[in-house]
Amino acid sequence: MSILVEEGGLFTTIQDLGRRGYLHQGVLESGAMDRQSARNANVAVANDENEAVLEMTLIGPVLTFQSTALICMTGDGMTPFLDGDPYPVGYPLIVPKGTTLSFKAKKEGMRTYLAVAGGFNVPNVMDSKSTYIRAGIGGYKGRNLKKGDDLELGNPNKLVQPVIEKIEKDNQVWRSDWHVNGPIDEANELNRNVIRAIPGTHFERLNEESKHQLFKTRFTVKNQSDRMGYRLQSQARIEFNDSFSLLSEAVALGTVQAPPDGQLIILMADRQTTGGYPRALQVASVDICKIAQLRPGQSFTFTEVSLKEAERLYVEYERAITIRKHGIRLKWKQCGSEYGERSR
Amino acid sequence: MEETPSFYSLSETSVTVNLGSTVSPAVQARVQQLLMNLNHEPFPGYQESVPSYIGLTVFYDPMKVTTKAGSVATEVKAILRERVSHIGNESNRQKGNHVTIPVCYDLEFGPDLSDVATKNGLSREEVIQIHTSGKYLVYMIGFAPGFPFLGGMDERIATPRHAQPRTEIPAGSVGIAGSQTGVYPIATPGGWQLIGQTPLTLFSANREVPSLLSAGDHVTFKQITKEEFIQMKEGER
Repeated sequence: MSILVEEGGLFTTIQDLGRRGYLHQGVLESGAMDRQSARNANVAVANDENEAVLEMTLIGPVLTFQSTALICMTGDGMTPFLDGDPYPVGYPLIVPKGTTLSFKAKKEGMRTYLAVAGGFNVPNVMDSKSTYIRAGIGGYKGRNLKKGDDLELGNPNKLVQPVIEKIEKDNQVWRSDWHVNGPIDEANELNRNVIRAIPGTHFERLNEESKHQLFKTRFTVKNQSDRMGYRLQSQARIEFNDSFSLLSEAVALGTVQAPPDGQLIILMADRQTTGGYPRALQVASVDICKIAQLRPGQSFTFTEVSLKEAERLYVEYERAITIRKHGIRLKWKQCGSEYGERSR
Repeated sequence: MEETPSFYSLSETSVTVNLGSTVSPAVQARVQQLLMNLNHEPFPGYQESVPSYIGLTVFYDPMKVTTKAGSVATEVKAILRERVSHIGNESNRQKGNHVTIPVCYDLEFGPDLSDVATKNGLSREEVIQIHTSGKYLVYMIGFAPGFPFLGGMDERIATPRHAQPRTEIPAGSVGIAGSQTGVYPIATPGGWQLIGQTPLTLFSANREVPSLLSAGDHVTFKQITKEEFIQMKEGER
């Protein structure tokens, strides 16, 4: 059971929800940039949420399935094709052995995720399957995928295995009648270019004009943005009342740093563990996925929320995904018994 | 006198506690005690902590923190405030390890050694002698996997960073930046003045504890010859 990589795409890596417990040793968290999409893809195929997925950036890979597999793609990066036919993202699909998956680039959006029932059989390095390229660890040989790589798959769980076996006999692509793509919060989806953020730990030391500009000016994602950080450009210079130096200390996912040149950096999945620049803002955790889907050249504005509100959004999202998970398990159970009856 | 600790939310999943405002072994010891306290008796939802020079950032899962009322962050800060009030009283203060790091100070490994000497009006031998006679405290590991921020270097060899960082520094390089000294565990860009190289592997994902050094450890540097360097390097493989 494996997937053969015919073409690696622009930048395709294996990621889970990150490497935790080693930050104090200077080991980056890594993990999927758009964790909501990664979780949704896993949940759709009845995997553990933290199972490894493929993170594909702007130009997708070409993959051939060497065995029948249940898959789900999520995210906004590209349009998937199975043996030349376009498929919408978000639907669980069962693809027969020999099917080729390819992608067509889109005008907007950045990253698409592929989950396979059973996950990817790569070693856990420091409790995670996430690829961390600079240290050359995790994922598939610690690097991005290349032509000729053979990705071994794990065994699908008991919930979906019978469904896969039943449908395998038809030898054609099967698509579910339900889908998971998109954020759970519908109102949020309408405001993809508005990023909610709480004042950072040095917000009060910004000059009055900068405090005002932070929530007014449009920020554009610069070309130098990557998995480590999103570099932003704007008309405004974000500056402090007085210059001050900081001792390095821990930073978090979504910390917005304000270096002396006045142009902001949002720290993303591959951020360093500690940083010494002042922190102007902190992106609400539920909105990190929106940033991860912005490509260089796209722009957005920040809107202020309180810490309490960010916390409420976090809890609401976690509750909603738990409900979604239970709902999907029921769907698979139902599906299994239907196919069971049909074949009887 | 001990300073009043400060608590602030870094994000909705992390709180930073600062136990002082200046770098000192006393503040570092308190940071280390708080870290031990949390690791030995984690509160529900506790994930991990990252020590800095003057404090600790505590990461937690908001879904697992038990709150009576109000916000999760308020609850975590209350827990931490309570923990901080207990540190300093523990009798079994955990001492860090003492690690000796062999360094070859030959010019091919320490391309900036001559500059460090000239800028400080010293001979190369004097720089090596001063660097190897210090006992350094590991304040924190950060920036890159296993990268130690060491305190306690003699001001006589303090040298500013390069204005333009090098694009690639070999793993094991020993450097100076201002009055800090440290070792690059993996090849990375960097701006420190390079004075030598160690054959030791400071970071390896295959080890049970991947980072050779931890905050709270003490480090001394020992001069070795190029032949010893090559021999040890082979032994590490």
